[in-house]
Amino acid sequence: MKILINNLKEEFNRDQMTVNEMLEIKKYTFRMRIVKINGVLIPKDGYDSTIIRDGDNVQMLYLMSGG
Amino acid sequence: MKYSDIREHLGKFRVGIAGAGGLGSNCAAALARSGVGTVVISDFDIVEELNLDRQYYFADQTGMYKTLALKENIRKINPRINVISHEVSLTPENIPVIYAGCDVIIEAFDEASMKQMLIETVQLALPGIPLIVGSGMAGWGNNDTLRSRKIDDLLYVCGDESTQVSDDLPPLAPRVGIVANMQANLALEILLERKK
Repeated sequence: MKILINNLKEEFNRDQMTVNEMLEIKKYTFRMRIVKINGVLIPKDGYDSTIIRDGDNVQMLYLMSGG
Repeated sequence: MKYSDIREHLGKFRVGIAGAGGLGSNCAAALARSGVGTVVISDFDIVEELNLDRQYYFADQTGMYKTLALKENIRKINPRINVISHEVSLTPENIPVIYAGCDVIIEAFDEASMKQMLIETVQLALPGIPLIVGSGMAGWGNNDTLRSRKIDDLLYVCGDESTQVSDDLPPLAPRVGIVANMQANLALEILLERKK
């Protein structure tokens, strides 16, 4: 499957995956983040149940303390 | 648009600011100077001497609620600005009530976990309201790392998206102020493209 992660093309050797599986495969370990799929925000308690499919547009935003 | 038309246009809008620390207080001052009609500010904290390193407060305001001190400071800048303040801790329950009806919302928290909570709540419970997040502004120097990025029509981020505040990398006034003003600048950009 091919998806976009922050506007970059990424290819995965599977048909679909959950948000948590994508984070594991990509080794994205920093936990303070926002995930949107095709413009829809996925709350952090939905990372195990939300499926990413071929062609999806995944946007991630990392949140740094300070303000 | 002439300057007088720009100010008249901005006067019709309401901007919500979540947090009245370094980002929120400086952003509110910039919006007030620009003539944004109404600002809604929430924070449960009081002004302490150590906040004066970067926040838009003065030494004689220590001990006051930040929101009330900010209201006082905005009144000195522009008495025509309507300031609605909430001396509360923001939660997933009260955020949709407090910020309903805002045209843009500014995320101005300090802690990353609070930023995450606010973004998730606003995007799910207040659909259609653009949100401008601040992320990454610790330390000093490195002007060129501070930028603004549009994620989609409803979510924007200002900051370097990488530096985290620590003892070695404190939140010094210039970088925090730059990001606060970037957030205000982006809010004006969104509002000036909108009809009302």
